[in-house]
Amino acid sequence: MNNPIIELINVTKRYPAYTAVDDLTLRINQGEIFGLLGPNGAGKSTTILMMLGLTDPTSGSVRVCGFDSTRHPIEVKRRTGYLPEDVGFYEDYSGFENLVYTGSLNGLGRSEAEEKARKLLKRVGLSDAADKKAGKYSRGMRQRLGLADVLIKDPEVIILDEPTLGIDPRGVHELLNLIVQLSREEGLTVLLSSHHLHQVQEICDRVGLFVKGKLLAEGDIRALSQTLFSNEPFVIEAGVSPASSQSIDDIVERLYEIDGILRITADGASLHVGSARDASSEIARAIVQSGAGLQYLLKKEYGLDDIYDHYFKEKVENYA
Amino acid sequence: MISTTTISKKKLKTMREDILVDEPRTDKQKIEPLPRDRKPMARNPFWAIVNKEIADHVRSWRFIVMVALLVLTCLGSLYTAVTNMSAANNSDADSDFLFLKLFTLTDGTLPSFTVFISFLGPLLGIALGFDAINSEHNRGTLSRLLSQPVHRDYIINAKALAALIVVSVMFFALSFLVMGLGLIRIGIPPTAEEFLRIICFVIISIVYVAFWLNLSILFSVRFRQPATAALCGISVWLFFTIFYQMLVSVVARASAPSAMATPEQILQFQNFIQALLRIVPSQLFSDATTTLLMPSVRSLGPLTMSQMVGTIPSPLPLGQSLLVVWPQVTGMIAATILCFALSYLSFMRKEIRPR
Repeated sequence: MNNPIIELINVTKRYPAYTAVDDLTLRINQGEIFGLLGPNGAGKSTTILMMLGLTDPTSGSVRVCGFDSTRHPIEVKRRTGYLPEDVGFYEDYSGFENLVYTGSLNGLGRSEAEEKARKLLKRVGLSDAADKKAGKYSRGMRQRLGLADVLIKDPEVIILDEPTLGIDPRGVHELLNLIVQLSREEGLTVLLSSHHLHQVQEICDRVGLFVKGKLLAEGDIRALSQTLFSNEPFVIEAGVSPASSQSIDDIVERLYEIDGILRITADGASLHVGSARDASSEIARAIVQSGAGLQYLLKKEYGLDDIYDHYFKEKVENYA
Repeated sequence: MISTTTISKKKLKTMREDILVDEPRTDKQKIEPLPRDRKPMARNPFWAIVNKEIADHVRSWRFIVMVALLVLTCLGSLYTAVTNMSAANNSDADSDFLFLKLFTLTDGTLPSFTVFISFLGPLLGIALGFDAINSEHNRGTLSRLLSQPVHRDYIINAKALAALIVVSVMFFALSFLVMGLGLIRIGIPPTAEEFLRIICFVIISIVYVAFWLNLSILFSVRFRQPATAALCGISVWLFFTIFYQMLVSVVARASAPSAMATPEQILQFQNFIQALLRIVPSQLFSDATTTLLMPSVRSLGPLTMSQMVGTIPSPLPLGQSLLVVWPQVTGMIAATILCFALSYLSFMRKEIRPR
C-alpha cells in the first residue's frame, strides 16, 4: 500500500436517475494486476472513465500516476493506455495504419511510429495481418490490435475494459497470457474489468468486488475467501456408494462424530462436509469403516464463484 | 620448419590484410550519417487529426461525387457564359467588368456559376459534416481517440478545420479553373479589381459552405445515427430553398398594404419582407455575390425616387461594394460561428461511453 499508482478516494458519480459509483475508495499499487469484478451495470466502466478523466466524478478525488484525472486528463492519458469494451478501429485503414495514427496522436514522428507499430504487431502476433484492413479483423484479432494500440504510447498503466468479451476460449487464454507477460516484462500496472470470474482468477494479483456502485471487498482471492468463510474454512466433498444394508443417513451420522465437523449436506451419492479443520483423512476412514465404498474425496477450495455467490446472497438478503 | 614459418607468415599477412580491409569499412560506417527522420510533419496531435481527416475526405466517394458534380456544373455554366458573352456586351453598366460576367452571365438554359454554388454549396457542406462525430462514435473509435493524450476539443476543431480546408482548396481551384478557361476563351485578362472581387466571392462562398458544414456537424453531435443527421441537414436546406420562399409570399400577400397606402407604408412593408427573406442563408449569399460580381448594384434594399435622383449609373468601387454586403457577410459568419459554438458546447458536455 506504499506506492499507489491509481488512487480513488471517496469517489461518487451520480446521474440524474441513479448513482453509478457510490463512495468508492480504491488503491492500486505499481506493477500489480488488479481485477475489477462485478455484474453488468455495476459501475465498472464509469469508474474507468473517471480514472481517465473522460467523465467527472460528482465528488471525491481520482489520481492516476500522481495526476488528478479531473484537472490534468492529458497528463493521465499520456501515461495510461485504455482499451475500451468493444474497441473500434478505422475499418478502411489497415491495422498497421491504425497503430501509426495512434502513435502520431501521441506525438511520435512518422518513422518512429512506424517502427514501433511493426514491433508491437509482431509482439501481439499480428505481423501477418498488418496490412489487412482492420474491418476484416476477427474479434480476437481486434482485441490484440487494441492491446498493441494501447502499448504504442509506452504506458505505465493499462486499463482494459472487458478485454475477453466475445473471444473464444483459446483466444482468451492467449490474450490473458499476453497481458500477464507484458505486465511482468515491462513492469506495467494492469487494471482489468470483467465479469468472467475464472479468467480474472487466473491472472489477477488482487481483485475488487463491485456491486451497485460499491466496492464490497478487495484483496487477493485467498484472503477474500478466508475472511468470507471464516466459520467454515474447509469443505470436503465425498462420493460414497452405501453398502446394501445402510442408507446415506447412517454414514452422515457417523461423520458427525468426527471432531470439528460443522455441517453435512447430502446430494444424491455425494456428501458435502463443512469443517473447521482439515479432517479429510478421518472422514475417509469413517466412511470406509462404515462399510460403504468411497469413490472419491475432494478437498474443495473456494474460488471467485463462491465468493461472488456469497456476496450476492448477502446482498439479496440485505435488501429483501 | 621453413615451410611452416612461411605459412604462418602468410597467415599473419592475410590477417593483417583482413584488419586493413576491415578497418576502413568500420570507419566508413562510423562516418556515414545515421538514417535521419524525415522532418516531423505531424508532431502536434492536432495536425495529425487534421491530416487524417483531410485524407479521409479526399478519398471518400461522396467527396469525389460532389467534386464531379461541381466541376460539371461549373463547366456548363462557363460554356453558357462564354457563348453569350458577345450578345451581352455593351448593354449595361457592368460592361467594363467583362471578366466577372464569366460567373454571372446566363442565357436562361443553365443557371450561372453563382446560382449553382448557392444551390450545391449546402449539399457539399452537409456531405462533409453529417457524420463527423456520430460515425466515430458508432465505429467505437471515439472513445479510443479520446483516451489518447489530446484535448477533447481538438477532435471537433480538427474535423471542422479539415473540412474547411478541403472546401477552400476546392473552391479556389474551381474558380481559378473558370478564370483560366475564360481567359483562354475571351482573351482579355482580368483587372486587379476584378481579380480581387473574384477572390472575395470565393471567400464568401467558403463562408456560406462553412455555415452548412457547421450546421451538419451540429446535427452529427446531436444525433446518434448519421442518416438522421444527414436527413435533418437536407431538410433544413430544402425548407430554406423551397418552402421558406412560399411561406414568405403567403405572409406578404396577407400583410400587403392597400392600394391607398402611403409610400412610407409601402417602404416599410418592402423592408419587412426583405428582412424575412434574409433569414435564409442562401438569400444572404446571393445578395452578397450579386453585389460583388455586379459592381453596378448600389443597394440591396428598395430605393426611393428621391434617392435615385442625380445618380450616375456607374459601377461602385470594390470598397463600396464590400460595404454594401458587409451586413450579409457578418450575418453569415455569425450564423456559422453560432452553429459551431453550439456543436462545440454539446460535444464538450457529452459523456462519451464506449458504444
